[in-house]
Amino acid sequence: MAEQMSDPMNDQKPLVSVQNLKVAFRMEEGEPFQALKGISFDIPKNRTVALVGESGSGKSVTSMAILRLLPSNAEFGEDSQILFEDKDLLREDPSQMRKIRGANIAMIFQEPMTSLNPVFTVGDQIVETLMLHMGMSRREAKLKAISLLKECGLPEPAKRVDAYPHELSGGQQQRVMIAMAIACEPKLLIADEPTTALDVTIQKQILGLVAELQKTRGMSVLFITHDLDVVGEFADEVVVMREGEIREHNEIKKIFESPKDNYTKALIKCRPHLGRRPERLAVIDDFMQEAPYVEPPHRPRGYATDDEIILDVQGLHKTFYSKDGLFRKRAFEAVKDVSFKLAKGKTLGIVGESGSGKTTVGLTLMRLHDATGGKAFFNGKDILSMTPKEFKEYKRRIQIVFQNPYASLNPRFTVQDILTEPMMLHGIGADARERRQLAGELADRVGLSAKALSKYPHEFSGGQRQRIAIARCLTMKPDILICDESVSALDVSVQAQVLNLLQDLQDEFRLSYLFISHDLSVVKHISDQVMVMHEGMLVEQADSDVIYARPQHDYTRELLASIPKGWPRGDDDLDLDGAMASA
Amino acid sequence: MTSETNLNDKKSRSLWALGWKRLRRDHIGFASLWVVGAFILLALAGAVGVIGSGWRDEVAKPYAPPTLFRNLGPKHVELTAENIDAANQAAQQAAQPAAPTGQEGAAAPTTGETGLSAEEDPLAADMAEAQKNTGQYQEAQVVKAETLPMGADLRGRDVLQKVLKGTSTSLLVGLVGSLAAIFLGTLMGGFGGYFGRKVDDLLMWFYSVFTSVPDMLLLLAFSAVMRRGISTVILVMALTSWTGTFRLMRAEFMKHKTREYVKAADAIGASHVRRMFIHILPNVTYLLLVQFSILTVALIKYEVILSFLGFGVSVTQISWGSMLAEAPAELLQGYWWQMVCVTVFMSILVTAFSMLTDSLRDALDPKVK
Repeated sequence: MAEQMSDPMNDQKPLVSVQNLKVAFRMEEGEPFQALKGISFDIPKNRTVALVGESGSGKSVTSMAILRLLPSNAEFGEDSQILFEDKDLLREDPSQMRKIRGANIAMIFQEPMTSLNPVFTVGDQIVETLMLHMGMSRREAKLKAISLLKECGLPEPAKRVDAYPHELSGGQQQRVMIAMAIACEPKLLIADEPTTALDVTIQKQILGLVAELQKTRGMSVLFITHDLDVVGEFADEVVVMREGEIREHNEIKKIFESPKDNYTKALIKCRPHLGRRPERLAVIDDFMQEAPYVEPPHRPRGYATDDEIILDVQGLHKTFYSKDGLFRKRAFEAVKDVSFKLAKGKTLGIVGESGSGKTTVGLTLMRLHDATGGKAFFNGKDILSMTPKEFKEYKRRIQIVFQNPYASLNPRFTVQDILTEPMMLHGIGADARERRQLAGELADRVGLSAKALSKYPHEFSGGQRQRIAIARCLTMKPDILICDESVSALDVSVQAQVLNLLQDLQDEFRLSYLFISHDLSVVKHISDQVMVMHEGMLVEQADSDVIYARPQHDYTRELLASIPKGWPRGDDDLDLDGAMASA
Repeated sequence: MTSETNLNDKKSRSLWALGWKRLRRDHIGFASLWVVGAFILLALAGAVGVIGSGWRDEVAKPYAPPTLFRNLGPKHVELTAENIDAANQAAQQAAQPAAPTGQEGAAAPTTGETGLSAEEDPLAADMAEAQKNTGQYQEAQVVKAETLPMGADLRGRDVLQKVLKGTSTSLLVGLVGSLAAIFLGTLMGGFGGYFGRKVDDLLMWFYSVFTSVPDMLLLLAFSAVMRRGISTVILVMALTSWTGTFRLMRAEFMKHKTREYVKAADAIGASHVRRMFIHILPNVTYLLLVQFSILTVALIKYEVILSFLGFGVSVTQISWGSMLAEAPAELLQGYWWQMVCVTVFMSILVTAFSMLTDSLRDALDPKVK
């Protein structure tokens, strides 16, 4: 398979050739888990290969296998080979491997904060690499480090070289990581989701930097991501993986314009696009069946003038105080004077980058934080000034779905416990038997089988857990559901399923959503109205089609420009205007 | 939409069940569990009096040696009244040349007679009655054993019986003491960590006062003030050893109260108490289990030290510590069996408990591995 796939334009030998790579993990019990089921692909010289797949596809295992950094319970197949300059990396001895890792193959990770050692300055960490692998003196290495930081676009590199990691922002830390990775002029740079933890504007800068370094230095890049859109702008080839197998390997242009594999097609369609808003998002199953996928009609969005306003927030303030010295307090204004209206049965999207205060708005409305100022009228009553006792009645009616479905369910409760507990607390259902029945019905409604009730959260996948969390909210028959990054931690295909579920539930129960997310495409898909927040302030608020088509504020424009566009010749630009016309 | 619900029909297992499974696969841990379990059964049997109840009976000759080693070690010579008289006379004879005249009356033999006439003696009538009735009773001629499986102590009590009963006491003290300490520590740590602010300040202040005094001193102070006995020992131990659990639980509750599942519980309207004890507590119980097992070992050792120093169980009770307290005097004379017997029992239990602790931690918190 690898032979056919290699680039016909480039007849030199590839830099890395992965041949029939099989990796199995020995488990505590039972059969070993087959993470990679014999994959083959080449990384040609001076090219960027993107490895795209969802969680469990084996993309990170592949990169770790190239570096031989897999945990000790991993076993390679007997006929597996990873050839790098005629050496089989799988059979190289460990001391040789260490040399190769530092000097020839370098890696940047997802979390720059945890990849840098907090007790050394960033300069020291680069200098160490240089002295170790390049045999430079400390003086030379330091000068080299400054020039590397400059090349990676760190402002004031001569000064920042002596900074500690915590003094830099996330984007700057990632620049340092990249500087460290390219310090020894590697021939291959492996980037494992380097932008997933970063804000969208920073992501754009980092992606640009990686693409630029690849060109100027003539190295090869293996870029690993779950998001096909991210690689559209700079990858040369794409390898689409699923469940340890390669589904499709082709030129980027062919992947986007004429995908052959159904799974690839599904991945492209599952992701909400700025230009399209189908009533239902495509899910993987739509493509795996015989009948071809037909996109459902588009859904019009926006507030109507006669919408009943269910929540009216006026001048919301939230200030956090932290101790500064013995007696003084330092104030941090997380939310400054935010006002908005939420209509019944509609969705208000709140977008913003980290630190914009969007999550604080949600938590303050639930009174999980105490508001510092402002009013929030829920059916005409100010819920922020109520006593806890008065609020108890309203608590049930505003519910929240958190970001991380792995953390928001109590691991010691069965699904049935999780679903019946809120009913018990609020006196819904006459007795335990009726509550169990209601729980069963709700589990069924969110797409879980009856068997699920007796199981524990750790037995479910991320998407299923998020369904449980949604079902838990539904048990209390809420009016407002706050979705705090509720789909951000999910895989693209699962994200589509959960978004569809949320939409179905809104249509069925006339729920109002406050949809908080950093992902502008998702917010565009689900929201009737969108508000943009920046540093605690409300920057701009309008119907979603309007705000995406005609952003008024500079910050909104910057945000919109930063969204990965997927394939440059996609239909996004056309449809923006089309959407505008329909708005 | 149901494509994702590929739930297998396998029996659903809680995290506890998974932990138990991991423990079962750990041979050393599982063996330790058996040993500890056997000891606990032994202790229970001792507590209800099935075994070890005869530890007070003087069934053997003083310092009867263990059966296997009957020819080893020193032989105890029992002194009878004749021996003493003979020794006294020998002493007198030795003393006479030096002091020919003097208090001869003081050295006169006094055996047999009370020296009182029948009118003066209030017990004379009873004694006469008893003398008359002796024929009715069968004098059970107790044959004192020459050797015992584990030997005997000074008063001829069976060391094996003593050590079994002592195991019961020591283990009881360790288990109940650490349970009480864990209860105190969890309660205070939970409140401090969960509520923070003033509550936490107060409890931390209390904690600091307690930890500023050396543990041993506190133990001695408490036990000096209170009556001697098993319940006092338990109370003293609980009052001095809750501090570690307090710190641990305080940190855990602090960490967990900001977790999303606890926030979610707040959102559905669960009260503070419910959040603390229904939601958070089961998620930190595995730590308590490990803590419990560490603390039990520590308290068993504490009890030994305390009893050894004479602040432990009262003289009418027996524990490993009070048995070891007899050891110094015995060892001087070469009677080693009591000490060895206690030491072997104690080492087996403490080692098994420690290994069980390690395995428990591995089984219940797989992240550490």
